[in-house]
Amino acid sequence: MGTSVLSRRRFLQATATGAGVVLAGQKATADVRRVGPWASQYGERSPFDKVNRTISGNLQHESETPQQALSGMITPSSLHYERHHAGVPTIRPEEHKLLIHGMVEEPKVFTLHDLLRFPQASRICFLECAGNGKHHFKSDEKTTPQRLCGLISQSEWSGVSLSSLLREVGVKKSGSWLLAEGSDACLLTRSIPMERALDDVLIAYAQNGEAVRPEQGYPLRLIVPGCEGSMNVKWLRRLEVSDQPFMTREETAKYSDPLKDGTVRQFSFVMDAKSIITQPAYPLQIEKGWHEIRGLAWSGRGQVAGVEVSDDNGSSWHQAQLQSPVLDKSCVRFGLLWKWDGKERLLTSRVIDSTGYTQPSARELIAIRGKQSLRYHNNTMTTWRVQSDGQVFYQRMD
Amino acid sequence: MWARSFSLILLFLLLMSSTSSGSPVPEKLGIGFVPSPELVKAWDTAIQPDGRGLPPGKGCVTDGQRIYVEQCQVCHGISGKGGQYDVLAGRLAENLFPFAAESGHPKTIGNYWPWATTLFDYIRRSMPLLTPGTLSDNDVYALSAYLLHLNELLPESACLDAASLPQIEMPANKRFVPDNRLETSAVR
Repeated sequence: MGTSVLSRRRFLQATATGAGVVLAGQKATADVRRVGPWASQYGERSPFDKVNRTISGNLQHESETPQQALSGMITPSSLHYERHHAGVPTIRPEEHKLLIHGMVEEPKVFTLHDLLRFPQASRICFLECAGNGKHHFKSDEKTTPQRLCGLISQSEWSGVSLSSLLREVGVKKSGSWLLAEGSDACLLTRSIPMERALDDVLIAYAQNGEAVRPEQGYPLRLIVPGCEGSMNVKWLRRLEVSDQPFMTREETAKYSDPLKDGTVRQFSFVMDAKSIITQPAYPLQIEKGWHEIRGLAWSGRGQVAGVEVSDDNGSSWHQAQLQSPVLDKSCVRFGLLWKWDGKERLLTSRVIDSTGYTQPSARELIAIRGKQSLRYHNNTMTTWRVQSDGQVFYQRMD
Repeated sequence: MWARSFSLILLFLLLMSSTSSGSPVPEKLGIGFVPSPELVKAWDTAIQPDGRGLPPGKGCVTDGQRIYVEQCQVCHGISGKGGQYDVLAGRLAENLFPFAAESGHPKTIGNYWPWATTLFDYIRRSMPLLTPGTLSDNDVYALSAYLLHLNELLPESACLDAASLPQIEMPANKRFVPDNRLETSAVR
Protein backbone atom coordinates (compact mmCIF):
# COMPACT_ATOMS: atom_id res chain seq x y z
CA MET A 1 0.00 0.00 0.00
CA GLY A 2 2.69 2.50 1.12
CA THR A 3 4.92 1.53 -1.78
CA SER A 4 2.22 2.02 -4.37
CA VAL A 5 1.42 5.48 -3.02
CA LEU A 6 5.11 6.45 -3.21
CA SER A 7 5.52 5.16 -6.71
CA ARG A 8 2.38 7.03 -7.74
CA ARG A 9 3.83 10.23 -6.31
CA ARG A 10 7.10 9.71 -8.20
CA PHE A 11 5.12 9.08 -11.36
CA LEU A 12 3.19 12.30 -10.84
CA GLN A 13 6.35 14.29 -10.20
CA ALA A 14 7.85 12.88 -13.36
CA THR A 15 4.69 13.73 -15.33
CA ALA A 16 4.60 17.25 -13.98
CA THR A 17 8.28 17.87 -14.80
CA GLY A 18 7.81 16.43 -18.28
CA ALA A 19 4.88 18.71 -18.92
CA GLY A 20 7.01 21.67 -17.84
CA VAL A 21 9.72 20.74 -20.36
CA VAL A 22 7.24 20.48 -23.20
CA LEU A 23 5.69 23.82 -22.29
CA ALA A 24 9.12 25.49 -22.04
CA GLY A 25 9.69 24.66 -25.67
CA GLN A 26 6.43 26.28 -26.68
CA LYS A 27 4.91 29.59 -25.89
CA ALA A 28 4.36 29.48 -22.08
CA THR A 29 1.05 30.70 -20.70
CA ALA A 30 0.24 31.71 -17.13
CA ASP A 31 -2.38 28.98 -16.99
CA VAL A 32 -0.15 25.96 -16.20
CA ARG A 33 -2.09 23.18 -14.46
CA ARG A 34 -0.78 20.13 -12.67
CA VAL A 35 -2.44 16.75 -12.56
CA GLY A 36 -3.33 15.81 -9.00
CA PRO A 37 -3.26 12.46 -7.26
CA TRP A 38 -5.66 9.85 -8.61
CA ALA A 39 -8.03 7.60 -6.72
CA SER A 40 -7.45 6.52 -3.10
CA GLN A 41 -8.70 3.55 -1.12
CA TYR A 42 -10.13 5.53 1.80
CA GLY A 43 -10.97 9.19 1.40
CA GLU A 44 -9.62 12.02 3.52
CA ARG A 45 -10.84 15.56 3.90
CA SER A 46 -9.05 18.52 2.37
CA PRO A 47 -5.76 19.39 4.09
CA PHE A 48 -7.12 22.92 4.37
CA ASP A 49 -10.15 21.81 6.42
CA LYS A 50 -9.01 22.00 10.05
CA VAL A 51 -12.35 21.59 11.83
CA ASN A 52 -11.89 19.31 14.84
CA ARG A 53 -13.50 18.03 18.01
CA THR A 54 -12.22 19.63 21.21
CA ILE A 55 -11.16 17.23 23.93
CA SER A 56 -12.29 17.94 27.48
CA GLY A 57 -12.70 16.40 30.93
CA ASN A 58 -10.11 15.66 33.61
CA LEU A 59 -9.39 12.28 32.00
CA GLN A 60 -9.81 13.65 28.48
CA HIS A 61 -12.88 11.43 28.37
CA GLU A 62 -15.06 13.73 26.26
CA SER A 63 -14.81 15.37 22.89
CA GLU A 64 -17.17 18.03 21.57
CA THR A 65 -18.63 18.33 18.08
CA PRO A 66 -17.81 21.64 16.30
CA GLN A 67 -21.46 22.63 15.73
CA GLN A 68 -20.62 26.09 14.36
CA ALA A 69 -18.63 24.61 11.46
CA LEU A 70 -21.05 21.92 10.26
CA SER A 71 -23.89 21.94 7.74
CA GLY A 72 -27.05 19.95 7.21
CA MET A 73 -28.26 17.25 9.57
CA ILE A 74 -25.56 14.53 9.57
CA THR A 75 -22.48 14.78 11.76
CA PRO A 76 -19.40 13.32 10.05
CA SER A 77 -18.47 10.13 11.94
CA SER A 78 -15.00 11.55 12.66
CA LEU A 79 -16.58 14.56 14.38
CA HIS A 80 -19.27 12.71 16.37
CA TYR A 81 -18.99 13.66 20.04
CA GLU A 82 -17.45 11.20 22.52
CA ARG A 83 -18.12 10.45 26.18
CA HIS A 84 -16.21 7.47 27.52
CA HIS A 85 -16.40 5.89 30.97
CA ALA A 86 -13.37 3.61 30.64
CA GLY A 87 -11.71 4.40 27.34
CA VAL A 88 -12.17 2.79 23.92
CA PRO A 89 -11.69 -1.00 23.90
CA THR A 90 -10.05 -2.81 20.99
CA ILE A 91 -12.46 -5.49 19.80
CA ARG A 92 -11.82 -8.05 17.09
CA PRO A 93 -15.08 -8.41 15.18
CA GLU A 94 -14.75 -12.17 14.71
CA GLU A 95 -14.46 -12.62 18.48
CA HIS A 96 -17.35 -10.35 19.47
CA LYS A 97 -20.57 -11.91 20.76
CA LEU A 98 -23.94 -10.58 21.84
CA LEU A 99 -25.60 -12.63 24.60
CA ILE A 100 -29.34 -12.30 25.26
CA HIS A 101 -30.52 -14.13 28.37
CA GLY A 102 -32.47 -13.82 31.62
CA MET A 103 -36.27 -14.12 31.51
CA VAL A 104 -36.40 -15.60 28.02
CA GLU A 105 -37.61 -18.91 26.57
CA GLU A 106 -34.18 -19.70 25.17
CA PRO A 107 -30.98 -17.68 25.70
CA LYS A 108 -28.99 -17.00 22.55
CA VAL A 109 -25.61 -15.76 21.42
CA PHE A 110 -25.27 -13.86 18.15
CA THR A 111 -22.06 -13.23 16.26
CA LEU A 112 -21.73 -10.34 13.84
CA HIS A 113 -22.13 -12.85 11.04
CA ASP A 114 -25.44 -13.96 12.59
CA LEU A 115 -26.70 -10.38 12.92
CA LEU A 116 -25.97 -9.65 9.26
CA ARG A 117 -28.43 -12.42 8.30
CA PHE A 118 -31.37 -10.55 9.85
CA PRO A 119 -33.29 -7.92 7.89
CA GLN A 120 -31.41 -4.63 8.03
CA ALA A 121 -33.04 -1.55 9.50
CA SER A 122 -31.70 2.01 9.26
CA ARG A 123 -32.67 5.29 10.83
CA ILE A 124 -31.34 8.77 11.27
CA CYS A 125 -31.45 10.01 14.85
CA PHE A 126 -29.47 12.18 17.21
CA LEU A 127 -27.43 11.06 20.20
CA GLU A 128 -27.12 13.60 22.99
CA CYS A 129 -25.20 13.32 26.24
CA ALA A 130 -27.41 14.04 29.27
CA GLY A 131 -24.74 16.57 30.26
CA ASN A 132 -24.88 18.51 26.99
CA GLY A 133 -26.00 21.71 28.76
CA LYS A 134 -23.68 21.47 31.75
CA HIS A 135 -21.50 24.47 30.81
CA HIS A 136 -24.39 26.91 30.28
CA PHE A 137 -24.32 28.55 33.69
CA LYS A 138 -20.56 28.37 34.19
CA SER A 139 -19.21 29.81 30.96
CA ASP A 140 -17.99 33.33 30.22
CA GLU A 141 -18.92 35.36 27.12
CA LYS A 142 -16.06 33.89 25.11
CA THR A 143 -17.74 30.51 24.67
CA THR A 144 -18.48 28.71 21.39
CA PRO A 145 -21.46 26.58 20.35
CA GLN A 146 -19.00 23.67 20.41
CA ARG A 147 -18.39 24.17 24.13
CA LEU A 148 -22.00 24.95 25.04
CA CYS A 149 -23.65 22.28 22.92
CA GLY A 150 -20.96 19.96 21.55
CA LEU A 151 -22.32 16.77 23.07
CA ILE A 152 -24.97 16.14 20.43
CA SER A 153 -24.35 14.53 17.04
CA GLN A 154 -26.42 12.79 14.42
CA SER A 155 -25.80 9.76 12.23
CA GLU A 156 -27.63 7.26 10.13
CA TRP A 157 -27.46 4.02 12.12
CA SER A 158 -28.00 0.62 10.50
CA GLY A 159 -28.34 -2.80 12.04
CA VAL A 160 -30.98 -5.17 13.37
CA SER A 161 -34.11 -4.09 15.17
CA LEU A 162 -33.92 -5.25 18.79
CA SER A 163 -37.50 -6.53 18.59
CA SER A 164 -36.51 -9.13 16.01
CA LEU A 165 -33.73 -10.44 18.29
CA LEU A 166 -36.09 -10.49 21.27
CA ARG A 167 -38.59 -12.48 19.18
CA GLU A 168 -35.79 -14.96 18.50
CA VAL A 169 -35.16 -15.61 22.22
CA GLY A 170 -38.81 -15.31 23.29
CA VAL A 171 -39.25 -12.82 26.13
CA LYS A 172 -41.24 -14.29 29.03
CA LYS A 173 -44.41 -12.50 30.16
CA SER A 174 -42.67 -11.35 33.37
CA GLY A 175 -39.87 -9.68 31.36
CA SER A 176 -40.52 -5.95 31.78
CA TRP A 177 -36.99 -4.49 31.77
CA LEU A 178 -33.79 -5.10 29.86
CA LEU A 179 -30.21 -4.52 31.00
CA ALA A 180 -27.73 -3.51 28.31
CA GLU A 181 -24.02 -4.05 29.02
CA GLY A 182 -20.99 -2.78 27.11
CA SER A 183 -17.62 -4.51 26.86
CA ASP A 184 -15.50 -1.50 27.79
CA ALA A 185 -13.31 -1.89 30.89
CA CYS A 186 -16.10 -0.62 33.20
CA LEU A 187 -18.75 -2.88 31.62
CA LEU A 188 -21.17 0.05 31.57
CA THR A 189 -24.82 -0.94 32.17
CA ARG A 190 -28.21 0.74 31.74
CA SER A 191 -31.77 -0.57 32.21
CA ILE A 192 -34.37 -0.04 29.47
CA PRO A 193 -38.12 -0.58 29.84
CA MET A 194 -39.26 -3.54 27.70
CA GLU A 195 -42.00 -1.43 26.13
CA ARG A 196 -39.31 0.86 24.74
CA ALA A 197 -36.98 -2.01 23.80
CA LEU A 198 -39.72 -3.51 21.62
CA ASP A 199 -40.47 -0.17 20.00
CA ASP A 200 -37.74 1.47 17.91
CA VAL A 201 -34.43 0.27 19.38
CA LEU A 202 -31.67 -0.84 17.02
CA ILE A 203 -28.57 -3.01 17.44
CA ALA A 204 -26.37 -0.98 15.11
CA TYR A 205 -23.35 -2.35 13.29
CA ALA A 206 -23.08 0.59 10.90
CA GLN A 207 -22.86 4.35 11.20
CA ASN A 208 -23.28 6.52 8.13
CA GLY A 209 -22.97 3.47 5.91
CA GLU A 210 -19.71 2.01 7.22
CA ALA A 211 -18.81 0.03 10.33
CA VAL A 212 -19.50 1.89 13.60
CA ARG A 213 -16.38 3.83 14.60
CA PRO A 214 -14.35 2.34 17.52
CA GLU A 215 -15.06 5.37 19.71
CA GLN A 216 -18.77 5.00 18.92
CA GLY A 217 -19.02 1.36 19.93
CA TYR A 218 -17.43 -0.85 17.25
CA PRO A 219 -18.61 -3.42 16.45
CA LEU A 220 -22.09 -3.07 18.04
CA ARG A 221 -23.93 -0.17 19.59
CA LEU A 222 -27.42 -0.05 21.07
CA ILE A 223 -29.38 2.83 19.58
CA VAL A 224 -32.34 4.08 21.62
CA PRO A 225 -33.64 7.00 19.52
CA GLY A 226 -34.30 10.23 21.39
CA CYS A 227 -32.73 8.97 24.62
CA GLU A 228 -29.67 10.23 26.50
CA GLY A 229 -26.29 9.08 25.21
CA SER A 230 -25.46 6.57 27.94
CA MET A 231 -28.61 4.53 27.14
CA ASN A 232 -27.06 3.95 23.72
CA VAL A 233 -24.60 1.42 25.13
CA LYS A 234 -21.40 1.13 23.10
CA TRP A 235 -19.46 -2.09 22.48
CA LEU A 236 -22.68 -3.95 23.36
CA ARG A 237 -22.10 -7.54 24.50
CA ARG A 238 -25.04 -8.52 26.70
CA LEU A 239 -28.77 -7.98 27.14
CA GLU A 240 -30.46 -9.44 30.24
CA VAL A 241 -34.24 -9.56 30.59
CA SER A 242 -35.67 -9.08 34.08
CA ASP A 243 -38.89 -8.10 35.84
CA GLN A 244 -37.41 -4.93 37.37
CA PRO A 245 -34.83 -2.24 36.56
CA PHE A 246 -31.32 -3.08 37.78
CA MET A 247 -30.76 0.34 39.43
CA THR A 248 -27.25 0.66 38.04
CA ARG A 249 -25.01 3.53 39.12
CA GLU A 250 -25.62 5.35 35.82
CA GLU A 251 -29.39 5.49 36.45
CA THR A 252 -29.31 6.29 40.19
CA ALA A 253 -26.26 8.20 41.42
CA LYS A 254 -25.72 9.70 37.94
CA TYR A 255 -28.07 10.94 35.18
CA SER A 256 -30.95 11.46 37.67
CA ASP A 257 -32.49 14.86 38.36
CA PRO A 258 -32.91 16.20 41.91
CA LEU A 259 -35.90 18.54 41.99
CA LYS A 260 -36.79 21.48 44.21
CA ASP A 261 -39.58 19.53 45.95
CA GLY A 262 -36.99 17.15 47.43
CA THR A 263 -37.61 14.28 45.01
CA VAL A 264 -35.24 12.82 42.43
CA ARG A 265 -36.60 12.20 38.95
CA GLN A 266 -35.27 8.88 37.67
CA PHE A 267 -35.19 7.26 34.22
CA SER A 268 -35.62 10.70 32.67
CA PHE A 269 -33.76 9.48 29.62
CA VAL A 270 -35.99 10.95 26.88
CA MET A 271 -34.26 14.17 25.82
CA ASP A 272 -36.56 17.19 25.80
CA ALA A 273 -36.71 19.53 22.80
CA LYS A 274 -33.79 21.91 22.35
CA SER A 275 -32.35 24.28 19.77
CA ILE A 276 -29.26 26.45 19.47
CA ILE A 277 -28.15 29.10 17.00
CA THR A 278 -24.79 27.94 15.67
CA GLN A 279 -24.12 31.08 13.65
CA PRO A 280 -23.65 33.94 14.18
CA ALA A 281 -22.02 32.94 17.44
CA TYR A 282 -18.78 33.51 19.35
CA PRO A 283 -16.07 34.03 18.03
CA LEU A 284 -17.56 35.50 14.81
CA GLN A 285 -17.54 39.20 14.01
CA ILE A 286 -20.23 40.10 11.48
CA GLU A 287 -20.74 43.00 9.12
CA LYS A 288 -23.91 45.02 8.57
CA GLY A 289 -26.40 43.66 6.08
CA TRP A 290 -27.95 40.27 5.29
CA HIS A 291 -27.00 37.05 7.09
CA GLU A 292 -28.64 33.69 7.56
CA ILE A 293 -29.09 32.91 11.24
CA ARG A 294 -28.56 29.14 11.33
CA GLY A 295 -28.80 26.48 13.97
CA LEU A 296 -29.84 23.02 15.05
CA ALA A 297 -33.10 21.86 16.64
CA TRP A 298 -34.24 18.46 17.86
CA SER A 299 -36.58 16.64 20.23
CA GLY A 300 -36.39 13.20 21.84
CA ARG A 301 -40.17 13.26 22.18
CA GLY A 302 -40.90 13.38 18.45
CA GLN A 303 -40.46 15.62 15.43
CA VAL A 304 -39.45 19.26 15.32
CA ALA A 305 -42.66 21.14 14.46
CA GLY A 306 -41.15 24.61 14.23
CA VAL A 307 -38.29 26.87 15.29
CA GLU A 308 -38.65 30.53 16.16
CA VAL A 309 -35.84 33.08 16.25
CA SER A 310 -35.74 36.38 18.12
CA ASP A 311 -33.22 39.24 17.78
CA ASP A 312 -34.67 41.31 20.62
CA ASN A 313 -34.30 39.03 23.63
CA GLY A 314 -37.63 37.30 23.06
CA SER A 315 -39.88 40.34 22.62
CA SER A 316 -40.76 39.23 19.10
CA TRP A 317 -40.32 35.86 17.39
CA HIS A 318 -39.96 34.94 13.71
CA GLN A 319 -40.56 31.54 12.15
CA ALA A 320 -37.35 29.96 10.79
CA GLN A 321 -37.15 27.73 7.72
CA LEU A 322 -36.45 24.05 8.38
CA GLN A 323 -34.17 22.18 5.99
CA SER A 324 -35.64 18.87 4.86
CA PRO A 325 -36.12 16.11 5.76
CA VAL A 326 -37.61 16.65 9.22
CA LEU A 327 -37.52 13.26 10.93
CA ASP A 328 -38.72 11.74 14.18
CA LYS A 329 -36.22 12.13 17.06
CA SER A 330 -33.75 13.81 14.73
CA CYS A 331 -31.87 17.06 14.44
CA VAL A 332 -32.88 19.50 11.77
CA ARG A 333 -30.93 22.53 10.56
CA PHE A 334 -32.94 25.75 10.60
CA GLY A 335 -32.27 29.13 9.03
CA LEU A 336 -33.69 32.63 8.96
CA LEU A 337 -32.54 35.44 6.68
CA TRP A 338 -31.82 38.46 8.84
CA LYS A 339 -30.57 41.97 8.15
CA TRP A 340 -28.29 43.32 10.84
CA ASP A 341 -28.68 47.08 11.32
CA GLY A 342 -25.50 47.62 13.37
CA LYS A 343 -27.30 47.91 16.71
CA GLU A 344 -26.67 45.64 19.69
CA ARG A 345 -28.94 42.57 19.42
CA LEU A 346 -29.72 39.51 21.53
CA LEU A 347 -30.24 36.47 19.29
CA THR A 348 -31.99 33.38 20.55
CA SER A 349 -34.00 30.43 19.22
CA ARG A 350 -36.71 28.15 20.59
CA VAL A 351 -38.12 24.91 19.20
CA ILE A 352 -41.67 23.56 19.40
CA ASP A 353 -42.02 19.81 18.83
CA SER A 354 -44.80 17.59 17.50
CA THR A 355 -46.15 16.98 21.03
CA GLY A 356 -46.60 20.71 21.62
CA TYR A 357 -43.62 20.96 23.97
CA THR A 358 -41.86 24.34 23.76
CA GLN A 359 -38.20 24.79 24.71
CA PRO A 360 -37.97 26.81 27.96
CA SER A 361 -35.82 29.82 28.73
CA ALA A 362 -33.08 29.46 31.33
CA ARG A 363 -35.07 31.41 33.91
CA GLU A 364 -38.19 29.33 33.31
CA LEU A 365 -36.44 25.96 33.71
CA ILE A 366 -34.41 27.12 36.72
CA ALA A 367 -37.67 28.24 38.38
CA ILE A 368 -39.23 24.83 37.75
CA ARG A 369 -36.30 22.51 38.52
CA GLY A 370 -33.61 24.46 40.35
CA LYS A 371 -30.29 25.56 38.89
CA GLN A 372 -28.21 22.74 40.34
CA SER A 373 -30.65 20.22 38.90
CA LEU A 374 -29.58 21.30 35.42
CA ARG A 375 -26.23 19.50 35.54
CA TYR A 376 -28.08 16.96 33.40
CA HIS A 377 -30.96 17.48 30.96
CA ASN A 378 -30.52 21.23 30.54
CA ASN A 379 -32.44 22.07 27.36
CA THR A 380 -32.76 25.81 27.89
CA MET A 381 -32.43 28.42 25.14
CA THR A 382 -29.01 29.85 24.26
CA THR A 383 -28.58 33.59 23.67
CA TRP A 384 -25.87 35.37 21.62
CA ARG A 385 -25.15 39.10 22.01
CA VAL A 386 -24.23 40.90 18.79
CA GLN A 387 -22.36 44.05 19.83
CA SER A 388 -22.49 47.25 17.80
CA ASP A 389 -18.98 46.46 16.47
CA GLY A 390 -20.31 43.17 15.10
CA GLN A 391 -18.50 41.00 17.61
CA VAL A 392 -20.69 38.12 18.87
CA PHE A 393 -20.52 36.85 22.47
CA TYR A 394 -22.31 34.21 24.55
CA GLN A 395 -24.87 35.85 26.82
CA ARG A 396 -25.67 33.98 30.03
CA MET A 397 -29.34 34.30 30.96
CA ASP A 398 -29.48 32.54 34.35
CA MET B 1 -66.30 -17.70 5.16
CA TRP B 2 -65.41 -16.56 1.67
CA ALA B 3 -63.88 -13.40 3.07
CA ARG B 4 -61.77 -15.47 5.46
CA SER B 5 -60.42 -17.69 2.68
CA PHE B 6 -59.73 -14.63 0.65
CA SER B 7 -57.75 -13.00 3.44
CA LEU B 8 -55.80 -16.22 3.99
CA ILE B 9 -54.92 -16.31 0.29
CA LEU B 10 -53.94 -12.66 0.50
CA LEU B 11 -51.74 -13.34 3.53
CA PHE B 12 -50.14 -16.27 1.69
CA LEU B 13 -49.44 -14.10 -1.33
CA LEU B 14 -47.97 -11.40 0.89
CA LEU B 15 -45.64 -13.89 2.55
CA MET B 16 -44.70 -15.31 -0.85
CA SER B 17 -43.84 -11.89 -2.09
CA SER B 18 -41.54 -11.17 0.84
CA THR B 19 -39.23 -14.14 0.33
CA SER B 20 -37.41 -15.18 -2.79
CA SER B 21 -37.60 -18.89 -2.04
CA GLY B 22 -41.35 -18.86 -1.52
CA SER B 23 -40.97 -20.12 2.07
CA PRO B 24 -43.27 -18.36 4.50
CA VAL B 25 -41.37 -16.36 7.12
CA PRO B 26 -41.53 -18.14 10.50
CA GLU B 27 -41.83 -16.26 13.79
CA LYS B 28 -38.24 -17.20 14.66
CA LEU B 29 -35.52 -17.39 12.03
CA GLY B 30 -33.43 -19.82 14.09
CA ILE B 31 -30.30 -17.67 13.77
CA GLY B 32 -27.76 -17.66 16.62
CA PHE B 33 -26.78 -20.44 19.02
CA VAL B 34 -27.51 -21.44 22.58
CA PRO B 35 -24.69 -20.13 24.82
CA SER B 36 -22.49 -22.41 26.86
CA PRO B 37 -23.26 -22.38 30.61
CA GLU B 38 -19.67 -21.12 31.14
CA LEU B 39 -20.27 -18.01 29.03
CA VAL B 40 -23.53 -17.17 30.80
CA LYS B 41 -21.90 -17.73 34.20
CA ALA B 42 -18.91 -15.54 33.37
CA TRP B 43 -21.02 -12.64 32.08
CA ASP B 44 -24.11 -12.94 34.31
CA THR B 45 -22.81 -10.59 37.00
CA ALA B 46 -25.39 -7.81 37.33
CA ILE B 47 -26.92 -7.28 40.76
CA GLN B 48 -30.59 -6.37 41.12
CA PRO B 49 -31.98 -4.13 43.88
CA ASP B 50 -33.60 -7.06 45.71
CA GLY B 51 -30.20 -8.76 45.87
CA ARG B 52 -30.67 -11.17 42.99
CA GLY B 53 -27.25 -11.88 41.49
CA LEU B 54 -25.22 -11.29 44.67
CA PRO B 55 -22.48 -13.95 44.94
CA PRO B 56 -21.49 -16.00 48.00
CA GLY B 57 -18.84 -14.40 50.20
CA LYS B 58 -18.56 -11.91 53.03
CA GLY B 59 -16.63 -8.79 53.95
CA CYS B 60 -16.35 -6.59 57.04
CA VAL B 61 -15.87 -2.86 57.67
CA THR B 62 -12.34 -3.30 59.04
CA ASP B 63 -11.13 -5.25 55.98
CA GLY B 64 -12.84 -2.70 53.79
CA GLN B 65 -10.90 0.14 55.41
CA ARG B 66 -7.58 -1.59 54.64
CA ILE B 67 -8.56 -2.26 51.00
CA TYR B 68 -9.90 1.29 50.63
CA VAL B 69 -6.57 2.80 51.73
CA GLU B 70 -4.69 0.60 49.24
CA GLN B 71 -7.02 0.79 46.26
CA CYS B 72 -9.40 3.75 46.50
CA GLN B 73 -7.98 6.54 48.64
CA VAL B 74 -5.70 7.89 45.90
CA CYS B 75 -8.77 9.06 43.96
CA HIS B 76 -11.48 9.41 46.60
CA GLY B 77 -9.48 10.88 49.49
CA ILE B 78 -9.11 9.92 53.15
CA SER B 79 -12.39 8.49 54.47
CA GLY B 80 -14.19 9.18 51.18
CA LYS B 81 -13.68 12.94 51.23
CA GLY B 82 -11.26 15.38 49.66
CA GLY B 83 -10.05 13.32 46.73
CA GLN B 84 -10.02 14.58 43.15
CA TYR B 85 -12.93 12.30 42.12
CA ASP B 86 -16.43 11.74 43.52
CA VAL B 87 -16.95 12.50 47.23
CA LEU B 88 -18.26 9.21 48.62
CA ALA B 89 -19.01 9.96 52.25
CA GLY B 90 -20.97 12.57 54.18
CA ARG B 91 -24.47 12.97 55.53
CA LEU B 92 -26.88 15.85 55.77
CA ALA B 93 -29.76 15.97 58.21
CA GLU B 94 -32.52 13.57 57.18
CA ASN B 95 -34.92 16.40 56.21
CA LEU B 96 -32.39 18.24 54.03
CA PHE B 97 -32.12 17.56 50.30
CA PRO B 98 -30.69 20.72 48.73
CA PHE B 99 -29.25 19.17 45.54
CA ALA B 100 -31.60 20.97 43.11
CA ALA B 101 -31.23 24.49 44.40
CA GLU B 102 -27.88 24.91 46.19
CA SER B 103 -24.39 24.27 44.94
CA GLY B 104 -21.63 22.78 47.08
CA HIS B 105 -23.42 19.63 48.24
CA PRO B 106 -21.78 16.48 46.87
CA LYS B 107 -24.18 13.62 46.10
CA THR B 108 -22.61 11.12 48.51
CA ILE B 109 -23.61 7.49 48.92
CA GLY B 110 -25.35 8.31 52.21
CA ASN B 111 -27.14 11.37 50.89
CA TYR B 112 -28.09 10.38 47.38
CA TRP B 113 -27.64 6.69 46.44
CA PRO B 114 -31.06 4.95 46.60
CA TRP B 115 -29.93 1.28 46.68
CA ALA B 116 -27.08 -0.41 48.59
CA THR B 117 -26.90 -3.18 45.96
CA THR B 118 -25.72 -0.60 43.40
CA LEU B 119 -22.53 -0.18 45.44
CA PHE B 120 -21.58 -3.84 45.11
CA ASP B 121 -22.52 -3.96 41.42
CA TYR B 122 -20.62 -0.81 40.50
CA ILE B 123 -17.45 -1.50 42.53
CA ARG B 124 -17.11 -5.03 41.17
CA ARG B 125 -18.00 -3.96 37.62
CA SER B 126 -16.02 -0.74 37.23
CA MET B 127 -13.58 -0.07 40.07
CA PRO B 128 -10.73 0.65 40.59
CA LEU B 129 -10.81 2.94 37.55
CA LEU B 130 -7.61 1.64 35.94
CA THR B 131 -7.82 -2.00 37.09
CA PRO B 132 -11.48 -3.07 37.17
CA GLY B 133 -12.03 -6.76 37.77
CA THR B 134 -9.11 -7.18 40.18
CA LEU B 135 -11.14 -7.18 43.42
CA SER B 136 -12.48 -10.45 44.87
CA ASP B 137 -16.14 -10.76 45.86
CA ASN B 138 -15.07 -10.68 49.53
CA ASP B 139 -13.12 -7.47 48.85
CA VAL B 140 -16.22 -5.91 47.25
CA TYR B 141 -18.43 -6.87 50.20
CA ALA B 142 -15.79 -5.40 52.56
CA LEU B 143 -15.52 -2.14 50.58
CA SER B 144 -19.30 -1.82 50.43
CA ALA B 145 -19.43 -2.29 54.21
CA TYR B 146 -16.70 0.30 54.82
CA LEU B 147 -18.33 2.90 52.56
CA LEU B 148 -21.69 2.39 54.25
CA HIS B 149 -19.91 2.73 57.60
CA LEU B 150 -18.33 6.02 56.49
CA ASN B 151 -21.87 7.18 55.67
CA GLU B 152 -23.16 6.27 59.16
CA LEU B 153 -25.25 3.42 57.81
CA LEU B 154 -23.35 0.52 59.41
CA PRO B 155 -21.46 0.14 62.73
CA GLU B 156 -17.70 -0.46 62.66
CA SER B 157 -18.20 -4.07 63.72
CA ALA B 158 -20.50 -4.91 60.77
CA CYS B 159 -19.97 -7.40 57.95
CA LEU B 160 -21.98 -7.82 54.75
CA ASP B 161 -23.05 -10.76 52.61
CA ALA B 162 -25.71 -11.58 50.01
CA ALA B 163 -28.44 -11.71 52.66
CA SER B 164 -27.63 -8.54 54.60
CA LEU B 165 -26.61 -6.08 51.84
CA PRO B 166 -30.08 -5.74 50.23
CA GLN B 167 -31.60 -5.17 53.70
CA ILE B 168 -29.86 -1.84 54.16
CA GLU B 169 -32.27 1.06 53.80
CA MET B 170 -30.71 3.98 52.01
CA PRO B 171 -31.90 7.40 53.21
CA ALA B 172 -32.54 8.78 49.70
CA ASN B 173 -34.51 5.76 48.47
CA LYS B 174 -37.92 7.24 49.27
CA ARG B 175 -37.11 10.35 47.25
CA PHE B 176 -36.65 8.62 43.88
CA VAL B 177 -39.68 8.93 41.60
CA PRO B 178 -40.23 7.79 38.00
CA ASP B 179 -40.14 10.28 35.13
CA ASN B 180 -43.45 12.12 34.79
CA ARG B 181 -42.53 14.61 32.07
CA LEU B 182 -44.03 12.80 29.10
CA GLU B 183 -47.59 12.93 30.44
CA THR B 184 -47.81 16.57 29.39
CA SER B 185 -46.42 19.06 26.90
CA ALA B 186 -45.81 21.50 29.76
CA VAL B 187 -42.22 22.00 30.91
CA ARG B 188 -41.40 19.94 34.01
